[in-house]
Amino acid sequence: MAADPREDDLPSKPPVWNDPRIRALVFQIVIVVAVSAFGYYLFDNTLTNLQKRGITTGFGFLDSQASFGIIQTLVEYSETSTYGRTFIVGLLNTLLVSGLGIALATLLGFVIGIARLSSNWLIAKLAAAYVELFRNIPLLLQIFFWYFAVLRALPSPRQSYDLGGAVFLNLRGLYLPRPLFEPGFGYVFAALVAAIAGSMFIARWARRRQEATGQQFHTIYTSIGLILGLPLLAFLATGAPLAWELPELRGFNFQGGIPVIPELSALLVALSIYTAAFIAEIVRAGILAVSQGQTEAAHALGLRPGLTLRLVIIPQAMRVIIPPLTSQYLNLTKNSSLATAIGYPDLVSVFAGTTLNQTGQAVEVIAMTMGVYLTISLVISLLMNWYNKRKTLVER
Amino acid sequence: MSKLRFLAAGTALALLAAGTTAQAGATLDSVKQKGHVQCGVSTGIPGFSSADDKGNWTGIDVDVCRAVAAAVLGDANAVKYTPLTAKERLTALQSGEIDMLSRNTTWTATRDTSLGINFTGVNYYDGQGFLVSKNLGVKSALELNGASVCIQSGTTTELNLSDYFRAKKMEFQPVVFDTSDQTIKGFEAGRCDVLTSDQSQLYALRIKLADPNSAMVLPEVISKEPLGPVVRQGDDQWFNVVKWTLFALVNAEELGITSANVDGMRTGTDPNVKRLLGTEGDIGVGMGLTNDWAYNIVKQVGNYGEMFERNVGKGSPLGIERGLNALWTNGGLQYAPPIR
Repeated sequence: MAADPREDDLPSKPPVWNDPRIRALVFQIVIVVAVSAFGYYLFDNTLTNLQKRGITTGFGFLDSQASFGIIQTLVEYSETSTYGRTFIVGLLNTLLVSGLGIALATLLGFVIGIARLSSNWLIAKLAAAYVELFRNIPLLLQIFFWYFAVLRALPSPRQSYDLGGAVFLNLRGLYLPRPLFEPGFGYVFAALVAAIAGSMFIARWARRRQEATGQQFHTIYTSIGLILGLPLLAFLATGAPLAWELPELRGFNFQGGIPVIPELSALLVALSIYTAAFIAEIVRAGILAVSQGQTEAAHALGLRPGLTLRLVIIPQAMRVIIPPLTSQYLNLTKNSSLATAIGYPDLVSVFAGTTLNQTGQAVEVIAMTMGVYLTISLVISLLMNWYNKRKTLVER
Repeated sequence: MSKLRFLAAGTALALLAAGTTAQAGATLDSVKQKGHVQCGVSTGIPGFSSADDKGNWTGIDVDVCRAVAAAVLGDANAVKYTPLTAKERLTALQSGEIDMLSRNTTWTATRDTSLGINFTGVNYYDGQGFLVSKNLGVKSALELNGASVCIQSGTTTELNLSDYFRAKKMEFQPVVFDTSDQTIKGFEAGRCDVLTSDQSQLYALRIKLADPNSAMVLPEVISKEPLGPVVRQGDDQWFNVVKWTLFALVNAEELGITSANVDGMRTGTDPNVKRLLGTEGDIGVGMGLTNDWAYNIVKQVGNYGEMFERNVGKGSPLGIERGLNALWTNGGLQYAPPIR
């Protein structure tokens, strides 16, 4: 019997320096060592330079008193708070404008994107004009426009636009009444929770019934009635335990209520409108990616156009839409750092701006700021990837 | 724009990381070798440092840069300018992006001791004040409780303001902008009731308003703001050059030497004048320069008084009184150690 023929077919084993696997390994090790050495060199050189030039280093400055004011703070802050606190204030302001911006841009982007595919000529053209206009003007200019141009058109505090003596609009901002919860309001809140739980239960029951019998149930109307009605009943039953603190003109400005500073409004409007133009294009591309046959099939089954869009087209389009949508969310968050141009107190303005300059701790402050943006971006990516995974085609 | 700022800060950091360490004498040598002084100035405050439409910089801070260039290179025009915001200025100096900073920067203990920089002296004694619109009817800073205040970020002004309002038990809303240009725009748009800054800057910004007469500066001065040029710590020779350039400007005024009469004075007999202008002794050579260093300064830039009048004083649109900035012999604070 001859030797195993397979052994002869195999090419002779290459010498070590020619083995692709070993070569790949060696190159990777070399690169990792080189990059680490370069990183260490930068780190060490920075420290040496800082020390030689007599620049104080370390994170001790975070415990010193900040001594400057910030116009919008979501947590308690005063001039006697620490620099560490300014970091939190700036971070929360960044998260606020990014979060609101993402929600608004998504809503607006979906509406414009669907409108662009409308069979109504005027609506489609208007949507196209919107996209081309806002996508092609630099964001910073748009922020300046919404801030300076619109601000100038608003009246001074004494001549504010007045909505029923409760809501005021002037060039210092929008002033809303602040709700003051009195004891007993807890019941209203409990009623709301109960109503939401009830609606969820009804929705499940309705779906099961439809699957079993084919009969549909008006889940949406029932839920709205439940969620609005139950808390309202509780509210009346406990004797209306809610008061409003109205904004009031005292001295130079309005005091009390919830002030929405114009810097926030301008930045939010600019970010949402700008990003919505990109999201609209993503949504349009996603919808066009769904085969025309799907629409025809749905129509053939007798589904009306609205239902076709909601039940057939959008769910399939989402798979194409989500990945590029993630990039837009990341862009919006990072673009919010343009806030410094109009004085909105975000992380870059408050922390990488004022705090950096007052303490002079450039290396630490910039490192922390970069770390924050990196973390926010990674979290958004993570969430969107998880959502994307849930939306992928499930094959049975 | 602010993204660029962010980038600039990052670049400065990178320079700090990769740059070589400062050595005594390194800056003077490198300035002589490259043939110009890299000078950090403000992004545009009339009278202090602002560029015209052709890119020519003028102002009292700019003249300090020019005086240093005249002393070191014999040519007052051998200066390249780097416009910097309040936020960027100190990092730019620390990282070696500029040779010196001449940008109404307040001399404070923290900055002088923990940031690796040295203040070389004071070229303008200032104090913080308030600019208000006349139609508010406010006559004193004590009536400003609850006001919105426009302010430039990252300045000592920002800290003094909150100290002042806290001490007087008043409240305020800070509206913080990046550059003085944006600050005055915000004030003009009515975003705030008050603009606060160093008094000299208030006069400078006021003439940028569409109607300068619609606004007035309140009488209160709430802080000391000694403004002066800054250099990196650890290079004593360069520190001496910038410091004594400043002193030469003041001494020249005290001795009555002007750009017009400096040639005649040079041949005179006054030993003080002769030492300053380098016809007697070796003071210039001792600093690593030539002995006609101060002659070049006065000939090309003028003395301190000329500089003041031309840029911010009676001969300028700002029309600021000499006040604290008069020579010590006239009741002011400008005093320079003797040249000997």
